[in-house]
Amino acid sequence: MSAPAPVTLDQVREGQTLPSLTYDVTPTTVVLGALSSRDWRPMHHDYRFATERNGMADVFLSTPNQAAWFERYLTDWTGPRGRLGRMKFRMKDSVFAGDTMVLEGVVRAVETDATGCGWCEVEVTMRVGDRTSTECSARIAVPTTPDDNPWARRGERWKP
Amino acid sequence: MTDAVLDELPSDVTATIDQVQYEQTADFPVERGYVWTTCAAVENGNPLFWDDAVAEELTGGVIAAPTMLSVWFRPHHWAPGQTSQALPLQVHFDLKERFDLPEAVMTDNSIVFYEPVRLGDRLSTCQRLRSVSGPKTTKLGTGRFWVIDVEYRNQREELVGVESYTGFGYRKAGA
Repeated sequence: MSAPAPVTLDQVREGQTLPSLTYDVTPTTVVLGALSSRDWRPMHHDYRFATERNGMADVFLSTPNQAAWFERYLTDWTGPRGRLGRMKFRMKDSVFAGDTMVLEGVVRAVETDATGCGWCEVEVTMRVGDRTSTECSARIAVPTTPDDNPWARRGERWKP
Repeated sequence: MTDAVLDELPSDVTATIDQVQYEQTADFPVERGYVWTTCAAVENGNPLFWDDAVAEELTGGVIAAPTMLSVWFRPHHWAPGQTSQALPLQVHFDLKERFDLPEAVMTDNSIVFYEPVRLGDRLSTCQRLRSVSGPKTTKLGTGRFWVIDVEYRNQREELVGVESYTGFGYRKAGA
């Protein structure tokens, strides 16, 4: 198959909201996410360690696994031509097994840089009920035209 | 140095700030099994990682999901001849031990992505301690925040990413 039609920069507006993602987090979600990122720390797979030693409510999503969730959320929206430039997130609280997490995003800025690369600045919130667990800001390149491909940029033409 | 009180830090800690530490090469080359497992863990259906034709068209071949950068330098949980558990982000664990803080969590993570990571790449990394705060008390306990940068390069010495972690090492109240 060929790559699906991409979101292009001209279709994106500041203030635009991204479709939300709701996901029921289970112990398997937490453990699979930790082990897929080779994170063997016990608070991500050992209930007793997480609750009795760390004082947490349950095992909880690891840092690299949260990054993977944010990446998935953003590229669900952009399609495969979307290319992450940078991502920063602050984990204010944890997402535990048993939680229903919701990811929501808002486009905060749209720009074309000096090299002609199209960029969207997106704020993504990961929350559980009314509790915001993680706030993420991401800079992601999207095609300026249907034929544009941010992945083709290298060296000085890629300024994340 | 953000939120740091250099004068209050032990000299052996201030001596390591901004210094390159723990240069290492990944134990194994970038491989597709982890890419698929990572995508499966978050139900990421991006065809870039599942469809070779799309990968060839857009990225000139199969790449790893960009946020997987740290996956490739996390050590095996066990390996022949290994007498103690190898730890990722060793500077983080050094600081826990140095300040006698038995617990720790990560609070912030930032990643800047450069050249894509391709199957077969063997990445190398180094760590730099950027800052250590004075004592702080949060709902978790009392401890210190620290910021550690990790740089990743491929076997062609191309920069593939820079990651920055903020950790909080702490002792639970009453512990």
